[in-house]
Amino acid sequence: MSSYKKKDTIIIKDVTHTYKTETGLLPVIKNLSMSVPENGFTAVVGPSGCGKSTLTKLISGLLQPDEGEVYLSGEKITTPRPSVGMAFQNPVLLEWRSIIKNVMLPLEIVPNKLNSLEKEQRAKQLLSLVGLEGFEQKKPSELSGGMRQRASLCRALVHKPEVLILDEPFGALDAFTREDLWQVMHNLRKEEPFTGILITHDLRESIFLADEVVVLSGRPASKQFFVKVPKSKTPKLESLYSSKSIDMLKSLRKQIEIAQSQQEQNK
Amino acid sequence: MRHILVPLYAIIIFLLLWELLVWLNEWPNYKMASPSDIWPAFWKFKGLFFQYGWDTLWRTVVGLFIAVLCGVFLGMIMGFSKVLREAIYPLLVGFNAIPKATVVPIIALMFVGQHNLNTILIAFMISFFPIAVSVSIGLSTLEPEYRDILRSLGASKSLIFWKIALPKTLPEFFGALKVAVTLAFIGTNLMEIVSPHGRGLGALFDSGKTNSDYPLMFAVLIALALLGIGLYYVVVILEKIFAGWAERSTD
Repeated sequence: MSSYKKKDTIIIKDVTHTYKTETGLLPVIKNLSMSVPENGFTAVVGPSGCGKSTLTKLISGLLQPDEGEVYLSGEKITTPRPSVGMAFQNPVLLEWRSIIKNVMLPLEIVPNKLNSLEKEQRAKQLLSLVGLEGFEQKKPSELSGGMRQRASLCRALVHKPEVLILDEPFGALDAFTREDLWQVMHNLRKEEPFTGILITHDLRESIFLADEVVVLSGRPASKQFFVKVPKSKTPKLESLYSSKSIDMLKSLRKQIEIAQSQQEQNK
Repeated sequence: MRHILVPLYAIIIFLLLWELLVWLNEWPNYKMASPSDIWPAFWKFKGLFFQYGWDTLWRTVVGLFIAVLCGVFLGMIMGFSKVLREAIYPLLVGFNAIPKATVVPIIALMFVGQHNLNTILIAFMISFFPIAVSVSIGLSTLEPEYRDILRSLGASKSLIFWKIALPKTLPEFFGALKVAVTLAFIGTNLMEIVSPHGRGLGALFDSGKTNSDYPLMFAVLIALALLGIGLYYVVVILEKIFAGWAERSTD
């Protein structure tokens, strides 16, 4: 299963992770191998509770795998490192800070050579890229859910991380807002290239945004199926309704069902 | 302007009704002093009012300050360590359940004659509990994503505390401080009333009682109310400054 290349930015190699709970051991990930090339964007889908969020913690170094290794840009991950940017379903903005100060937060922690003016310019540039120009001084409570999530994406990218980890960032948004944000993601990728992993439950989202979709098996998760998604330079929402896309969605749906039934059996 | 006039009218109407009630029932002032008795009583002892008012005020503030330090410290311990929370919490609840009026004579005997120490101790003991509880709850209910955002960037524990945990707990802290300031004030007065030959508005109240000067006792009550309002609003102003972001604008 070692399908990774040495130069890939994210390499997950035969990773196994087990949680110790009061009722015994709970294996969540088993012999998982996958990789994301530089500036690639991979979506990970799978049944609920199959270990997707654990995967994000392993990549960001918040958790250490019991077996196997995770490499970012060729370096083995043993602790959290500043070269990672994260965004979650909950935008977790700090309510006492203005939007721009929220976006600048990572620059206060990650070592960098920017002076305060440059930090502000960097944050402003990202905010205008996601359509939040003019909202810099607003408080998060004054923004809608979609706008908060845009700000959260800016915060994840502000320190130019090597790797962007998105854990269902659009899961709590309504369908139209979500589609707006998909376009925002495409803009961001064009202007601020990054290597990313997107955890999602939305199959349309996965094929619209990612270059590759990986389906995880039911818990304990391993790579069950993957599909490459050809991308046009200017992706349009209509492309989701083409027969090619629909076939792809159908086969992904089928794989999810297989994974779900497997997870039921393993219970 | 309305913000000032409406409460002012309400107070005037309240005083008039009070005066009327006493006058209609022809109550003697040992049963119920009327507002018109109170002003002369205050004027007669105005020097003592200011002197003792100051005593009561600074004792309360010092007691409250110690309560904030200890409360925040205990709250941090309980908020960060589940084991320590399980160990300390029952002790705290038990200690808090003891009515402080019963502790007052014990402390008064323990440090007999040291009025300032006595009073500050009671003010502290009565008011630290809500602060400790609110800080510990604020810290222990911090959503894990907030921590992960900083932790994934390699931030240290203390950095996470200063950047996120502390500011996020401030609204709860000030909510508790509003309760604590009133409690500390009660504690101060309890001790001042009980402690013999003491100072402070509580002592003035007690001397009104021993000298059968009932309008004086009522005047002390009014002075205490004014002092209490003042202290409360100082906390409200501090809250506006440090945790004003938690207030949603209503327009």
